[in-house]
Amino acid sequence: MEHYLSLFVRSVFIENMALSFFLGMCSFIAISKKVETAIGLGIAVVVVQLITVPANNLAYTYLLREGALAWAGLPDVDLSFLGLLTYIGVIAAIVQILEMLLDKYVPSLYNALGIFLPLITVNCVIMAGSLFMVERDYNFGESVVYGLGSGFSWALAIALLAGIREKLKYSDVPEGLQGLGITFITIGLMSLGFMSFSGIQL
Amino acid sequence: MSKHTAKEVLLNPVFANNPIGLQILGICSALAVTSNLKTALVMSIALTLVTGFSNLFIAAIRAQIPGSIRMIVQMVIIASLVIVVDQVLRAFAYSLAKQLSVFVGLIITNCIVMGRAEAFAMQNPPWISFLDGIGNGLGYSAMLITLGVFRELLGAGKLMGIEILPLAKDGGWYVPNGMLLLPPSAFFLIGLIIWALRTWRVEQKEKPAFRMANQVVDKEAY
Repeated sequence: MEHYLSLFVRSVFIENMALSFFLGMCSFIAISKKVETAIGLGIAVVVVQLITVPANNLAYTYLLREGALAWAGLPDVDLSFLGLLTYIGVIAAIVQILEMLLDKYVPSLYNALGIFLPLITVNCVIMAGSLFMVERDYNFGESVVYGLGSGFSWALAIALLAGIREKLKYSDVPEGLQGLGITFITIGLMSLGFMSFSGIQL
Repeated sequence: MSKHTAKEVLLNPVFANNPIGLQILGICSALAVTSNLKTALVMSIALTLVTGFSNLFIAAIRAQIPGSIRMIVQMVIIASLVIVVDQVLRAFAYSLAKQLSVFVGLIITNCIVMGRAEAFAMQNPPWISFLDGIGNGLGYSAMLITLGVFRELLGAGKLMGIEILPLAKDGGWYVPNGMLLLPPSAFFLIGLIIWALRTWRVEQKEKPAFRMANQVVDKEAY
């Protein structure tokens, strides 16, 4: 249990997806003008991440890894080079299924998340979660925790940034720095703040 | 729809319509791989080739792709190209591939590739699309290499691992600014580059959401 807890804390604070790995920056910057929409997208990312990372973990363990096809009588087959294609396929499929399920059974949530769900397929955070999971050799339990933690870390970061940007639009920024420029510098300062977690050993 | 000339599609994205500076595309990898010039360079080449060829192939079969599944078709083409790049890197430059770790794989979800495929290659013939892909790749590379040069030169006194500025700890004169090797500095640098770019090209400036009212000095109450 302790192991899982420390993995969660590490993935949220120390290895924050947005602020220390710079992942998902496109939507991070584009959709952080309002706190409400930022939180909506954040929740959508957490949900998708929580499903896709374990799903890709299963795909990796039982289909792709060297010797993973032993259960099908093919112990010598190594399909790991197909990894990238498989992960993105799994992600796209899950997002699509999730969208249809939500539309059918939870229309209110679908309306809230609707516009964000298709965007998530091309959000680097989701893909990176799966790739990091493979690179670090997480088992199934760890991958569930990691999916939750990394999704949450991104949601936290985008909500914080949106909070700052809502205030920032009233301030007097130099002309060329207006908009994108000042946003980058704000993220830089936030990332500097998050670096203070980096010395923590868990 | 207006015709695109080869020079225009090749050079426009570098300054006038830079994918990172103006379109906010593909920033993810721009920051993480630029702490030294070598990885930045490899990443630039990889992305330029992938964007160019994915545009070429998608444009070549654009008439055959049904609209409802075009995303998946684009995704499969891009993913296959990235797998090729990944395998080549692993075969010929294993240590570099290890350093780049997941970021090569993340070219798939890099918005530049997807964005150009969707916005340009779906409507234009193959050759010009190929050039457009290369052009956008070059715009991305220009930003990445600038960042890489700044960060490695000022952060470690080296370029491509060769010492340029003699470090103070080895008896030289330059005291490296270690912060430039850390993640936040990349954000600051991009912010400043955007500022410089927009001061030079005024039309890229964004309108502020609110204007500060001028201070009004009223007559004093009698």
